[in-house]
Amino acid sequence: MSANPVALTVFLVLFFATAGLGFYATKMKSVNLSDLGQWGLGGRSFGTLIAWFLLGGDIYTAYTFVAVPALVAGAGATGFFAVPFTILMYPVLFVVMPRLWSVAQKRGYVTAADFVRGRFGSRGLALAVAATGIVATIPYIALQLMGMQIVFAGMGLNFTLNLPVIGAFHDLPLLVAFLVLAIYTYHSGLHGTAIISVAKGILVYVAVLAAVIVIPIELGGYGKIFAAADPSTLLLGHGTANNLGPQFSFASLALGSALALWLYPHSITGVFSSSSRSVLKRNAFLLPSFTFALALIALLGVMAVAVGVKGMPEYAEGYRIFGNNFAIPALFLHSFSPWFAGLAFAAIGVGALVPAAIMAISCGNLFTRNIYKEFIAPDCTPATESKVAKIMSLATKLAALFFVVALQSSYAINLQLLGGIWICQTLPSVMLALYTPRQLNAPGLLLGWLAGMVTGTWMAISLQFKGAVYSLDLFGVTIPCYAAIIALLLNILIAYAVSFLARAITNAPVRDETLAEDYL
Amino acid sequence: MDEKTKKHGFHPVYLLLIVPFIALLWVPLYNRIEPQIFGIPFFYWYQTVWTFLGTACTIPVYLYEERKGK
Repeated sequence: MSANPVALTVFLVLFFATAGLGFYATKMKSVNLSDLGQWGLGGRSFGTLIAWFLLGGDIYTAYTFVAVPALVAGAGATGFFAVPFTILMYPVLFVVMPRLWSVAQKRGYVTAADFVRGRFGSRGLALAVAATGIVATIPYIALQLMGMQIVFAGMGLNFTLNLPVIGAFHDLPLLVAFLVLAIYTYHSGLHGTAIISVAKGILVYVAVLAAVIVIPIELGGYGKIFAAADPSTLLLGHGTANNLGPQFSFASLALGSALALWLYPHSITGVFSSSSRSVLKRNAFLLPSFTFALALIALLGVMAVAVGVKGMPEYAEGYRIFGNNFAIPALFLHSFSPWFAGLAFAAIGVGALVPAAIMAISCGNLFTRNIYKEFIAPDCTPATESKVAKIMSLATKLAALFFVVALQSSYAINLQLLGGIWICQTLPSVMLALYTPRQLNAPGLLLGWLAGMVTGTWMAISLQFKGAVYSLDLFGVTIPCYAAIIALLLNILIAYAVSFLARAITNAPVRDETLAEDYL
Repeated sequence: MDEKTKKHGFHPVYLLLIVPFIALLWVPLYNRIEPQIFGIPFFYWYQTVWTFLGTACTIPVYLYEERKGK
């Protein structure tokens, strides 16, 4: 992949100017970044419009811009599950998250684990929720790093360095992606990220709208695009008498992902940074505009097949390294003039940088509040707290870097689906606890969580981390289901059953510091 | 409003929030090619159109809650 000077210049200017905007914005607002509430939560100050950009920038990630169209290009209709996923997550946002926002605001909670600790008076359960949040986010950050890596490589920044001792070093794009993210997160915090979310939103919409207009015109219309697609993958396969088939796994992936999404630390950070319940409710019907963009981007996957970028010699190296994840970058390079390709690449790059920064910030928050302050140094000063959060956010990025290198997956989407299996196991402690606190308690929730984590991880291992749909054999019927859902059902069953038993046996006092009116 | 509905907060308008789940999780409903629009198979445009229909289901619930001052 040789660099096109025009494309590269436009890309570098836009990418670094946008990232620089984050630093500048933080300086201008004279925000005290040594305060965790400021660095990590933006002071709970964002109104409807900024929250729209920030949540949109936070939730629609390299998953949307790289992983989903890659799956559509490689596997067809299955990849479209991301569309129902990102539609169905909004009723969840509308109903559930305002309750969590209210109690967090009234009690000063910064993380989901803070809430769990307050609701059940259990440090152990809070630790489980915090640790799960961090572990589940690492593969999600890995997906963002991979997105940036692909963009840098696609722009031609992939020459091999011959280093003494180490030898040939191929991963320069990955290293650049990591450094940009690390430096950016450390200095900017959530205020700066809110500002560059606006730039991201604009860049993404410009690039996507141009793509869905320009490319079909070049190809002679949508009819020809779909005619060129593989007819066997254009629809989902039907089930048989003893196998529910791909239609079922499609629905389970959509539902499981929709339930998982708001449990992620970065989503909760985005939700808590909003200034009111109404901001969240309005965004439950304003944010689907980004889902519309996601659907269009998923269609780009079909267009990549119709254009045939995979077979073109100039993109052979990109495909060799990144597989189908290179589909959209290749399509942009092929279809756009160099300067516009540079702009579109900047959109993907910033599109991955924004959520990765928020993910790393939230992991820092979780570690500091629910592990460091809780178990290691209860009396630390706010300045130390903020410093620890920043160091921890760097550590999660390093772990993510390891993930990218270790799990060079043919479909980047598997990284996100893996995180989804784990984060779903916090649903009873975080979401069900908002509604049925008396039917649940710490022993039940902990055992349910443990059962969910063990079975979920076991299923992921048996799939060799290369997929997330586990075929469950039940009464002679094969049920191909997203492992997150299977593990979650077991988790919920055990959580309620053990809670019931624990209450019957011990009659332990309820240690709920929250009041019913805190949730309204 | 009487005390009971205030406490539980349930009103039929909330049923609208379930509609997208039925429309999108019952996959056989839309796993088909015809009818096409501009050459786009039903499977693809149906789901894309639901990004707007989902919003259309949420807005009445929002308006109801705002009027009630929740």
